[in-house]
Amino acid sequence: MVLDNIEKLLKKYENGETTLKEEQVLKNYFSSDTVAPHLEMYKPMFDYFLVNQQEQFTKDVPLKTKNIFNYKWISVAAVAVLMMGFYFSPIIANSDCNDLGTYCEPEQALEEVSKQLAMISNHFNKGTQTVGYLNEVDKGTSALGYLNEIENTTSIIFKN
Amino acid sequence: MTQTEFLNIVMPFKDKVFRLAKRLLVSTEEAEDATQEVLLKLWNNKAKIEEYKNVEAFSMTMTKNFCYDKLKSKQAQNLKIVHSNYEEKNTPLQKQIELNDSVSWVGRIIEELPEQQRVIIQLRDIEEYDYDEIAKMLDMNNTAVRVTLSRARKAIREKLTKTHNYGVR
Repeated sequence: MVLDNIEKLLKKYENGETTLKEEQVLKNYFSSDTVAPHLEMYKPMFDYFLVNQQEQFTKDVPLKTKNIFNYKWISVAAVAVLMMGFYFSPIIANSDCNDLGTYCEPEQALEEVSKQLAMISNHFNKGTQTVGYLNEVDKGTSALGYLNEIENTTSIIFKN
Repeated sequence: MTQTEFLNIVMPFKDKVFRLAKRLLVSTEEAEDATQEVLLKLWNNKAKIEEYKNVEAFSMTMTKNFCYDKLKSKQAQNLKIVHSNYEEKNTPLQKQIELNDSVSWVGRIIEELPEQQRVIIQLRDIEEYDYDEIAKMLDMNNTAVRVTLSRARKAIREKLTKTHNYGVR
């Protein structure tokens, strides 16, 4: 009885006349294990349909929220920068050469320079004092000169 | 429209879009690219999305058209990677495995069908849309859909019976 029904449905199915419900009946029948032997060739087809229903799209889609860039803001920023410029520029003009790290008065500059030079020469003298210790080394080497005497005597011994 | 709202609309049918694309383009990677493209197009036109009566049907139509374009441009490229001077004596391993597996055999049979029949089989037998929806998606009339579907089903059945009776060659 069931088989009769299935065969009828299959015929309708092939003619494209089945409703979705009837197709579901067919799918259920063929996914069971009790398929009549002469209908077995349909089984892979319905199995395939069922398997393919499961396939999923796994890739991510980069959804970019489009930032519609508003050019108005550029003008706002430009105005702000300009205002800052106007606000700070007088200060720079007033401060003359002080910001450049030099002295404005020549006398003051001379004083400073001589101070610096004096400091440098001070340090330099300290350096030469420590170098004085090198004389000691010289003395040591002259003492080593006596070794030559020993060499002379050994050469005499080896000659004999 | 925010991203979450958009995703809520798109999520239910994105797999269907992917499967349709895969049915037409065969390669999974290309189908993924196509799906991405379709979803991005939808996203870029999200302002208009509320005007569409049926977003799902609309995206399926879009997918179909997109894939047809892809296939056409592929044929036009005229560059095919075909071994002309190389012949494998044994059946390739992958083919052997495929032949053993009668379910994937069905997939290969469907692959050989004309594009339109493939689309309709996909929409009806796998995605289970009703005839009116399919007709709308493909811009065909109801009877034409039925006729094409019936042809496709008969073709599949014929090939299946052949392989069933003679064994897989």
